[in-house]
Amino acid sequence: MITWFNNLSPASQFLLISSLKVVGVFAVVMPFVAYAVYAERRIAAFIQDRLGPNRVGPLGLLQPVADGVKSFLKEDFTPAHVRKAYFWLAPMIVMIPSLLVLAVIPFGSTLGRQKMVIADLNVGILYTFGIVSLGVYGIVLAGYASNSKYPFLGGIRSSAQMISYEIAMGMSVIPVFLWTGDLNLSRVTAYQADYGWLLWHAPVSFVIFFIAAFAETNRLPFDLPESEQELVAGYNTEYSSMKFALFFMGEYANMIAVSSMMVTLFLGGCTLPWAGLNNVADPSIGIGVLQIGIFLAKVMGLMGIFIWVRWMWPRFRYDQLMNLGWRALVPLALANIVGTAVWIWIIH
Amino acid sequence: MIVKRTKLNLAERFYVPAVVDGIRITVAHFFKKKVTMQYPEEKWSVPAGYRGAPYLVKDPEGRTKCVSCQLCEFVCPPKAIRITPPGPAGSPEAGNVEKAPQEFKIDMLRCIFCGFCQEVCPEEAIFLMKDYSLTGESRAEMVYDKEKLLALGGVHQDQIWKWKHK
Repeated sequence: MITWFNNLSPASQFLLISSLKVVGVFAVVMPFVAYAVYAERRIAAFIQDRLGPNRVGPLGLLQPVADGVKSFLKEDFTPAHVRKAYFWLAPMIVMIPSLLVLAVIPFGSTLGRQKMVIADLNVGILYTFGIVSLGVYGIVLAGYASNSKYPFLGGIRSSAQMISYEIAMGMSVIPVFLWTGDLNLSRVTAYQADYGWLLWHAPVSFVIFFIAAFAETNRLPFDLPESEQELVAGYNTEYSSMKFALFFMGEYANMIAVSSMMVTLFLGGCTLPWAGLNNVADPSIGIGVLQIGIFLAKVMGLMGIFIWVRWMWPRFRYDQLMNLGWRALVPLALANIVGTAVWIWIIH
Repeated sequence: MIVKRTKLNLAERFYVPAVVDGIRITVAHFFKKKVTMQYPEEKWSVPAGYRGAPYLVKDPEGRTKCVSCQLCEFVCPPKAIRITPPGPAGSPEAGNVEKAPQEFKIDMLRCIFCGFCQEVCPEEAIFLMKDYSLTGESRAEMVYDKEKLLALGGVHQDQIWKWKHK
């Protein structure tokens, strides 16, 4: 096996390893999405003094399987009044970008000689923001294609909201790169291993990014595109069965993507500052696997906060949302950039 | 009515009290005792006087109390009850009990649990009991016949032993 692998040309070695990583990431992320939904339902129930789904399998742990089977077997109904092509396209456009983002996230250090990142791009963060902003098209398109008023309102709201918060989000990460001096996300992780987490270097950035992340993933308190009470279900009102499930999974995949971004940018990626776990080039397999585990644990922690916050606060009013985005977060992010730049200039 | 907006202080404008209260309340409720009743294992204890499914009862000597007067059949609003009286020959096994029904059927799918049958019964032979979730795999199964109704109803411990000395 080893000799066969060594005899391959570098190009095919790269291809083989990359496909393995893609399959591996996919095999972790999809169940992660399913169990994020389960965790959401359970935590929601516990916060509301209920028990949540606890019937399918021990503690209800097979509930995601049942949900999956259900959405596959449901009738895939397309209402007569929709614009068919866009209606079919929208769920895919929501789902795909959130998965594509994961391509540049370093989810571990090394395993053997292989770096645990699918694409070690030098422009990692630019790629991420480029891809993340595609997600809004899916929602807007869903609102437009549904050809009915509530989805349309949801689509309009989401376009305004996501574009506003994208600006704050994009500007909030600039101080991170002022500190690291590199756009490559693997090297951001390596920097944090050497100099401490960027959460301590750039706390304001973290706060802004964190708030914007809620808006970008359409989570409460910024779930205006969906807002059940006013817009039925917003952009996905007309969707059912697997197409709806794609929107749903897209939302959770987005949460995972944003959580992984936060872990990579602010929370030290796959490293921990104790017990020699902050070495990003450790040759031993055990440490490599452990670091992947650390990364996943951090992402799970953030997902837990995402879910928890949902049951904490009511939705923002639309003008409050815009106020917070444009008149609080954007100026704060700008001030943060200047402040950080000055600070770095002083200490060096 | 005009509601005056109170002036928010700096902390409130940064949502600080809202954040703190939100965390406090959600965490407190997360660890609270849950109110969910796990239905098939736990069941409601229904209050006295609850109107569940109507069943026939026997007297302490094991006789069917019903005398096929058919008042319940007549009063039943959804016409869920069907009684076949014994006819002029009478029932051979009923002994000196007058006119015990040959067949007594209640369609539980039609029954609305109103309790008129219990109210109208001159013999105190039919009672609404505490069963509230009747299940079956077919419509035919949901039509309860005399044997089933008597088995489910059991013995009624009444004071008047009407048929004892007849």
